[in-house]
Amino acid sequence: MSLEAPSATSNDKNAEPQGKAFTLALVGAPNAGKTTLFNGLTGGRAKIANYPGVTVEMREGRFTTPEGRKIIVQDLPGIHGLSGRSTDARIALNAIRGEIGKTPDLLLVLIDAPNLHSHLQFAFQIRSLGLPMIVVLNMIDLAKRDGVEIDLAALEKSLGVPVVATSAPRKAGRAALVAAIDAALPDLAQVTPDKDTEHSLRDFQIQARQLSARAVTAEPGMHRLTRTLDAILLHPFFGFVTFLAILFLVFQAVYAWAEWPMGVMDGAITALSGGLRGILPDNWIESLLVDGIIAGVGSVVIFLPQILVLFFFILIMEMSGYMARAAFLMDELMLRVGLNGRAFIPLLSSFACAIPGIMAARVMESERDRLTTIMIAPLMTCSARIPVYILIIGAFIPASNVGPFGLQGLVMFALYVAGIVSAVIVAFVFRRILGRGGEQPLMMELPSYKMPQLRDLLVGLWSRAKIFLRRAGTVIFTVSIVLWFLVSYPGNDLRSSFAGMIGRVIEPIFKPLGFNLEIVIALVPGMAAREVAVGALGTVYAIDGATETSEGLYAALQAGWSLPTALAFLAWYVYAPQCISTLAVVRRETNSWARMWGMTAYLFALAWFAAFITYRVALALLG
Amino acid sequence: MSRLHSLKRGQKARIRAFHGDSTTEEALREIGFAEGDEVELLERGLVNGSPLSIRLDRTILALRKSEAACIEIEAD
Repeated sequence: MSLEAPSATSNDKNAEPQGKAFTLALVGAPNAGKTTLFNGLTGGRAKIANYPGVTVEMREGRFTTPEGRKIIVQDLPGIHGLSGRSTDARIALNAIRGEIGKTPDLLLVLIDAPNLHSHLQFAFQIRSLGLPMIVVLNMIDLAKRDGVEIDLAALEKSLGVPVVATSAPRKAGRAALVAAIDAALPDLAQVTPDKDTEHSLRDFQIQARQLSARAVTAEPGMHRLTRTLDAILLHPFFGFVTFLAILFLVFQAVYAWAEWPMGVMDGAITALSGGLRGILPDNWIESLLVDGIIAGVGSVVIFLPQILVLFFFILIMEMSGYMARAAFLMDELMLRVGLNGRAFIPLLSSFACAIPGIMAARVMESERDRLTTIMIAPLMTCSARIPVYILIIGAFIPASNVGPFGLQGLVMFALYVAGIVSAVIVAFVFRRILGRGGEQPLMMELPSYKMPQLRDLLVGLWSRAKIFLRRAGTVIFTVSIVLWFLVSYPGNDLRSSFAGMIGRVIEPIFKPLGFNLEIVIALVPGMAAREVAVGALGTVYAIDGATETSEGLYAALQAGWSLPTALAFLAWYVYAPQCISTLAVVRRETNSWARMWGMTAYLFALAWFAAFITYRVALALLG
Repeated sequence: MSRLHSLKRGQKARIRAFHGDSTTEEALREIGFAEGDEVELLERGLVNGSPLSIRLDRTILALRKSEAACIEIEAD
């Protein structure tokens, strides 16, 4: 037992070493409000902590208590108990025991106050580990609103650890929690592990139910609004219709809502490059800045609004409690195609980016299902493909209406559907290959509906924006400069440049797809990050002198590509071999080079055939 | 001897015992089910009547039909 007590010999606060940071771990069931409390305590400033050697990424943040103690808070994956059947649960348990990262000095055990009756057993289980802990009755405001009354003193007396009531989103109770942390930290050494008897889960359940019967002094029925909403949203028919309508709304909104901010940014970028052209002499520096950096980075950055709109909806669905309902609705259908409802959440996050999606597959207990989920995650259209889709659709698909819907939005929707249908087929094939392993249970809580917290929404959006802009500022910036150099030298036109020489070598592979040299050149840097392809096209055509603005990029594409080529390019991008970061994560999560190369190969093959068929069919139909 | 998956919408019952393998029982207990608890069937999926949403005290849990079949119930 290494409790690293700062004052093991003396209980005097002055004996604490100055400047030592204490580690606090947030432990609780999924949906117990860990993330909201984390944001509340740390002000939302988190860094993702990586622990080398083990596949772990945890959110870590810092704050200082009123008494001046420095605290590091770890946000652990949600668990229901100590059995650790899924990878995620094992990570949480190993972190609690200090086998990963820093040993926590104190556990904050979050219990969902409105559901105390069925959640209290978790506190008993964690207490049996004998680690210093504070029980946090979270969402006490929701419990009070519903008329649930809890006797805190009775809980504290019976559990023998401090119990604090908080409502994570509000400041209420957070001061009391921080005070309780300050009070608990100097006394860590005095916590006696409760290890005298072995308890079974059944014993904890009995203890918890007896205690909750005493401590809950008033308990009305369940949340009425949740019950009413579920009658519609989980309805066998209307629930499904609503679900499809929501998905459809998301894709329409990605277009419609982002139009205005995109236009503004585009105008600013055009003005900037026009201004620079006016000021700078007509030499290579001007070309590097305008054709290389601004054309490359600028044409990607303007897609930030779209990505934020998509994340806005994903975050709202997560925070409101709808995401679990979506998994519920999809479960039986997904089972029939060899997946299951639990894979729904990792797959839905893959629409944002395959990397968090692949990591989210850790919630799965069945290894076979986890592998299948990882393998098909890249078929969910990630947000980095949005710039590519928007650019090509914008240039080639007329902005007309089909009934009440925009045609461009419909094409976008069709591309997403193509990815999903392919995923279903691939999953079916994988199941044949991997065989029927242990099946992943569904068993999950459907949290009561909650109003999303503005702060969590903003923190979530800001962290996505940061990731996107950082990529634009580093990867895309670098690639743009390198590409600018490769397409500018030697010689004056694309064919005689370095990039042209490289492109001509691999061009034959792409010739049957109707891809021209410019596309082939743009595909290669697209491996660094998919949206780079857009920047690369921007740079390639800027050097070609075909375009000076991204408005001009549309015109350059329309002049240089036939419609079949554009459609084949879109089809290619539904599958397109993964960006390097995704491949690295697959290699790490599956611990296998063979699986990583296997994924690359099958996606490349699918992309090639899809583009080939699209090109040939379009040629035949359109002449 | 009836099992949880045989309940109709809005029907209530009390949990009597767990059946099935020990992993499933452990998972069901961890998520909150215990002998003597009152359960109520709220909603059912479109295909095959699975999954089921079940009220356990004030909590709602989702179980597949096969998982619910591991819980033996008695009329309240």
